[in-house]
Amino acid sequence: MSEIVLQIDGKEVKAQEGMTIVEAANTVGIHIPTLCHHEKLEPYGACRICTVEAESNGRKTLVAGCLYPVENGMVVQTSTEKLYAIRKVLVEQMMAHAPDAPQLIELAKEYGADKDRFDKDPSFCILCGLCVRYCAEVKKKNAIGYMDRGPRREISFIPEVAAKECWDCKECFPLCPTSALQAAYVLTEALLPAQPEEEGGCSCSASGCCGG
Amino acid sequence: MPRIKSPAELEAFRKAILAKRDDKKPCITLCSGSACHATGSEKVADAILAELESHGLKDQVDIRRTGCHGFCEQGPIVVVYPEGISYLKVKPEDVCEIVSHTFKEKKLVERLLYVDPNTGDKSSHEHDIPFYKNQQRLILGLNTKIDPKSLEDYLAVGGYQAMAKALLQMTPEEVIGEVKGAKLRGRGGAGFPSGTKWEFARNAPGDQKYVVVNCDEGDPGAYMDRSLMEGNPFTVLEGLLIGAYAIGASEGYIYVRQEYPLAVDNLTVAIKKAEEHGFLGKNILGSGFDFTVKVHRGAGAFICGEETSLLQSLEGKPGEPKPRPPFPAVRGLWGKPTNINNVETWANIPVIINKGADYFSSIGTESSKGTKIFSLVGKVNNTGLVEVPMGMPLRDIIFKIGGGVPNGKKFKAVQTGGPSGGCIPEEYLDVKVDFDELMKMGAMMGSGGMIVMDEDTCLVDIARYFLEFLSDESCGKCVPCREGIRQMLKVMTAITQGKGKEGDIELLENMAMATQGAALCALGKTAPNPVLSTLKYFRHEYEAHIKEKRCPALSCKELIAFHIDPAKCKGCGSCLRKCPATAIEGGKKTIHVIDQEKCTKCGTCIEACPAAFHAISKLSGVPVPEPPPQSARAIA
Repeated sequence: MSEIVLQIDGKEVKAQEGMTIVEAANTVGIHIPTLCHHEKLEPYGACRICTVEAESNGRKTLVAGCLYPVENGMVVQTSTEKLYAIRKVLVEQMMAHAPDAPQLIELAKEYGADKDRFDKDPSFCILCGLCVRYCAEVKKKNAIGYMDRGPRREISFIPEVAAKECWDCKECFPLCPTSALQAAYVLTEALLPAQPEEEGGCSCSASGCCGG
Repeated sequence: MPRIKSPAELEAFRKAILAKRDDKKPCITLCSGSACHATGSEKVADAILAELESHGLKDQVDIRRTGCHGFCEQGPIVVVYPEGISYLKVKPEDVCEIVSHTFKEKKLVERLLYVDPNTGDKSSHEHDIPFYKNQQRLILGLNTKIDPKSLEDYLAVGGYQAMAKALLQMTPEEVIGEVKGAKLRGRGGAGFPSGTKWEFARNAPGDQKYVVVNCDEGDPGAYMDRSLMEGNPFTVLEGLLIGAYAIGASEGYIYVRQEYPLAVDNLTVAIKKAEEHGFLGKNILGSGFDFTVKVHRGAGAFICGEETSLLQSLEGKPGEPKPRPPFPAVRGLWGKPTNINNVETWANIPVIINKGADYFSSIGTESSKGTKIFSLVGKVNNTGLVEVPMGMPLRDIIFKIGGGVPNGKKFKAVQTGGPSGGCIPEEYLDVKVDFDELMKMGAMMGSGGMIVMDEDTCLVDIARYFLEFLSDESCGKCVPCREGIRQMLKVMTAITQGKGKEGDIELLENMAMATQGAALCALGKTAPNPVLSTLKYFRHEYEAHIKEKRCPALSCKELIAFHIDPAKCKGCGSCLRKCPATAIEGGKKTIHVIDQEKCTKCGTCIEACPAAFHAISKLSGVPVPEPPPQSARAIA
């Protein structure tokens, strides 16, 4: 691993090759906000709150600090007006789902975000995927996964796996940045016996099917 | 068929094919691409066979079913050789006349010829028709000459010569040099220089490398890749093989949308024949180069056209984008260096190798070389696939080739680059179409979709439509894309429903900025383009919707009303009979009245009202006039 030198917010930073911008910034005490990042997990880049401005080879681009590898001679800005504006919108959009999440309230204060700017959507999940990835990467159980795509994307426990694996684990619960109860709620739903059709459930057993 | 083991054997094989062919022998070709298939080319083909048989001409006339000719508006297209007479919109019942007139009496079937709607002139040959005359069909042109299932046809028109040249006369570096010299830019959307991309993959460390054809075409109204893959799969394979040789890949994948069954069929046949003849497999043409190809059918998600998502999908994972770097050129399919290009890019390669970088780069503009295939659709007379040199002004494409806007309507805008492209208004129609000029306009080349819109199109609603498409097609992984598009769509929907508020435009701009800046992949980064480009050129329409609750194009249903002009209504009852909502009240010799409560704004009444009366109109932003009192409704 060779050492490289870059500049973050005007500070010269010595970093190891292969480090991400967030990691390099941490070594000199520069804090870049993250929500979907976890040191035990592979970088994912879903919340984009860590977006920073990186300039290398004369090209200035906005990149996700938790993913982007540092380069020699790179110049990084972590707190420009534009970045603040972007983070403000992202926090507001996430607060449409989880207005009371402590981490989001903190970020909202910092970036002047208005939790009521967008129409509320009754789901406390911002799909950071920490629970999904922790279960897959650390526990290697894959008891929880994503369903559907786009605005319909949601997390769901796989009932057959969850019924066996989740009782004495529940390590994903406290990882959730918006509500520690989100995972618990979805898990409970998955473990309930399938409702008979006439009671509004459907005959198939898969969780998430028909919204059940 | 024995394997062809050297360029000399290939040449001998080609000569044998040509020797068997007689240029003067009558041949009837029928366009059999997906579009013509839909308009009945299958039945026409049956009719041709039966007709030739009944005249005892079966052995004297060849039949060739070709890929898409491009002029889909006028299909199915029959071309009669050796004269090259072109018949349009051919129906099974026309075949009898074609055979008896054209083959037996050597006369034209006048009524099947192209008639210029402006001048009334008839054209008997494809190259005389304005639609074709102004094109330069470097890539698409071969479609009309070959049967996509016939390797012999492809060899007869010079197929696999580029492969032989590249494999035996050029080093991989020379091939890359040629592609770089040609200044070919990727036809998939972003326009990255292809030669440079190949070089990255070639220089990436690793023994196992892959090449991939991206035939996941998801833009509404675009079918360039489909037509190329259906009409000439051999040329795509040849381009891919040359690229594999240059990069050092021994395996290739062709990712084709599930919705393109004909493309998959023709491609599968082409691969089988290429394998049989030794154009795929071990030691191709005795060069020592090995290459195999597999076809992968994608489930048809728009995001899978994005290269990192496509690779995920190929690996059997959900089609979600991955951050770059690492780029696929370094770590792609199964972690190995991979080069992906779209169908049209690969199809350009044989041309570049055969004719040289100088020839190729002599076509086009300074920054964009060669030709580009556009899918010209929407409110334009001649819809179809159009191939023109880069740099042709939009106006020429839409008016000279496309024949302008139908029904005497006024041109309003053209949307280029697919759902994440932009809308260009009339005042910029003289812009020369290339990668950079379109980008400057706030639009983009994309893969080459071009949707023409007339005065009846509401640009706010169009932007809303594209956002809706992108919202559905977003994978949902990152916040700025998933939440950004969702919230923008909510605001846009409210505006088109007359529920727009002061400040909505600024809110849209603010969200667009965040999504553009922070999204993970190109789908999200470009998703705000429809909103931003329409805001740039049609801001007044947004303002009219928000402030005056008026749709200037009289298109947004919630903001319009239908009204019968009492002075013009003749009480004929046409509208009343056709109204599906029974919202029209009237009687014989009585002025008709629309019940606004019941009206569903479907527009049937306007179509039903006789043109001579022209009594029904759309209103927006003004109150609907009170109907005349019952006593005054009798028509004298």
